[in-house]
Amino acid sequence: MYFGLSDNQTLLQDSVRRTLERDAPLDDIRKFAQGDNTPLHTIHASLTELGLPLTLIPEAEGGLGLGVLEVALVQEMLGRYAAPSPFAATYGMAVAGLRVAQADKQAKDWLGRIASGVVIMAVGVNEQIDCREDCGVVASGDKLSGKARFLLGADLATHYLLAIKEGLAIIEKDAKGVKEIALTTIDKTRNVCALELKGATAHIIKDKGAAVAAMINSGRVLLAADTLGAADMMLEKAVAYAKEREQFNRPIGSFQAVKHMCAEMAAKLEPCRALVWYAAYAQDNSEEDSEAALMSRLAQTHLSEVGQYVARTATEVHGGMGFTDLLGLHYWFKRIGSNRLMLGAPEFVRAEAAALQNWGIKIGDKNWGKP
Amino acid sequence: MDLNFTQEYEDFRQQVRGFLKDHKGHAPARTSRAVSGKARLAWQKILLEHGYAARTIPKEYGGYGAESDVLKSRIIAEEFAKAKTLGGITGQGINMLVPTLLELGTQEQREKYIAPTLRGEMVWCQGYSEPGAGSDLASLRTAAHIDGDDFVINGQKIWTSTAQFSDMMFCLVRTEPDAPKHQGISYLLLPMDTAGIEVRPLITMTGAAEFNEVFFTDVRVPTTNIVGKRGEGWMVANATLTHERGMLGNPDAALSRLNTIADIMLQETSSGAPLMDNAIYRDRLVTLQAEVYAMKFNGMRLTTNAKEKKSSGMAGLIVKLQGCELNHRLAALAIDVMGAYGVLYEDSPLLRDEGLWQTHYMFDLGLIIGGGSAQIQKNIISERGLGLPREPKVPKVPKGN
Repeated sequence: MYFGLSDNQTLLQDSVRRTLERDAPLDDIRKFAQGDNTPLHTIHASLTELGLPLTLIPEAEGGLGLGVLEVALVQEMLGRYAAPSPFAATYGMAVAGLRVAQADKQAKDWLGRIASGVVIMAVGVNEQIDCREDCGVVASGDKLSGKARFLLGADLATHYLLAIKEGLAIIEKDAKGVKEIALTTIDKTRNVCALELKGATAHIIKDKGAAVAAMINSGRVLLAADTLGAADMMLEKAVAYAKEREQFNRPIGSFQAVKHMCAEMAAKLEPCRALVWYAAYAQDNSEEDSEAALMSRLAQTHLSEVGQYVARTATEVHGGMGFTDLLGLHYWFKRIGSNRLMLGAPEFVRAEAAALQNWGIKIGDKNWGKP
Repeated sequence: MDLNFTQEYEDFRQQVRGFLKDHKGHAPARTSRAVSGKARLAWQKILLEHGYAARTIPKEYGGYGAESDVLKSRIIAEEFAKAKTLGGITGQGINMLVPTLLELGTQEQREKYIAPTLRGEMVWCQGYSEPGAGSDLASLRTAAHIDGDDFVINGQKIWTSTAQFSDMMFCLVRTEPDAPKHQGISYLLLPMDTAGIEVRPLITMTGAAEFNEVFFTDVRVPTTNIVGKRGEGWMVANATLTHERGMLGNPDAALSRLNTIADIMLQETSSGAPLMDNAIYRDRLVTLQAEVYAMKFNGMRLTTNAKEKKSSGMAGLIVKLQGCELNHRLAALAIDVMGAYGVLYEDSPLLRDEGLWQTHYMFDLGLIIGGGSAQIQKNIISERGLGLPREPKVPKVPKGN
């Protein structure tokens, strides 16, 4: 029994940390937030140089054949530096879905193309989770029509990967009948988009639900990991500020009112690390599919709550400065806030977790989602 | 990550199961709260012989003499819990005094006290807190002066669990009144039947006397009953406090509570619908489930670190604060889902689960306060874990100014 990271996993995470420390300084995050894509390309090139896009891709398709845990360790670092990257969407979610659908030759081919670097996918699963207004995409043969919203990883994407009733649908970015609508969110460190499709041609990989589930489950673990890294950074910044900032001739960190805020953040955040590790590990190692599904939901919702607490408390420790643009703390605040609502708001996801355990009403019942 | 146990440990698990199958008939009921009692002592004897109590205490002191192995300890705890079988005697003697004597006691003290303590024949209580010395324990004022070959003790202790049926007390007293407060304390061992000791039960909000007050009037104990040297008591006590923090906040207990609450919510109905159909109760349950699992996995991480002899740092420092808080919130949910039935208590008709949840809800608040209060825990986390500066010392201000 060994509950923890292996030496290789620690080395992997440390190398990503060092790389992003160098290639994703706050000034560059700010540049990206203001519309300059140079940092996005720099960071993507660095991750590619480290071979990270290959992490989850099976060896037979040119990848490293590692697990969701390794991907989560990378994502935690991306969250830590609030770095823009298509990593979670393409190399986490899309690959997780395609590797489950591997029996289909097409899926293998797409994995190969992702491994070679020529394909990057924005991923849309929102309508499978929380379908609002008149959204939803329907297939007629290989033609897709309808609306999809909140596609993740819209940066650098060459293709869109949508979860639809029939399985996975892949559409080329410039295909006819595709309209991409850029969305402006609070989180300027990553882009999300919406799609309007009118008879757009898609490559459809048939799936009975396992591939879509794998995409959503691993996506939720990655959001949790991203929030873990971002919250960790906010706590570190708050502690550093509390040591340095003086009022009443003392560092503010010597006042219990302030140090207890820091202690509470640490006390809530530290157990999250073990939860994220296990939820990620469960994606590849649990005997029951329901364990992977349950743990991804518990990790996502718990990190959403703890992340929200840390984001506001760390900001408060910084006093008025925390509220300004000068420190840039708000990039992390907003990234954590965005993670909270992507792939299902906490109340929805907890209801799913309950349904998985046969606790109360089933997903899809007429009372679903009602209090 | 590798959550499987190697063959050695699987074999060990089988061995524990075999033992339980053969012997569990001798175990007293798990609800048996008595520390001693014939059946309990007989069961303890069996556990000691087979290495399921005092497993790592050297044989020469009455233990089993096994090498310390956190995984085996864990397997024992898991299998006993699964078999719903009472484990070895716990309490402050076994958990705190014995490790302290092994570390800092004299050879004579080890020989005299450890074996009967392990057998459950010698029950200990801890005399640390005083009415004027709670979180600021080092300001304690119960004093001992030397008279001939004896220490003569005068003063008062409070929050003394099990004092009413203890044979012995390990306590902190001020022996050097002129030394700085941390350096004037000594750690003494004294029989509870010594003349001049008076034990008064302290009734808490649960209605039970879970604690006592202990009064000392010219209580004489031989000077050889000191552990460590005069004035070193603070250091000796800190060795045991580390053991106490390890005892609190067991994540398996939280998981078992959570599952029990889920069962209540599935089985109990309100206007014909299971309580589980209430979306808000359900949301609270799943929220707590995530926290319970986070603490469970954090605990597994600590076990691995202990096995690997690696420091756990923050992951260990937060256990008392988070674990006690979580248990309290679980009890709060259990009471809330019971609705009006949640206020029933003691031996009332219609009472659920023997009033267990009401007791938990109140007693767990006591655990949040006791054993290093939540606020003291936050000082420890922020100072030792995050490196934040200590609150500056202020000169003593007399009351009324």
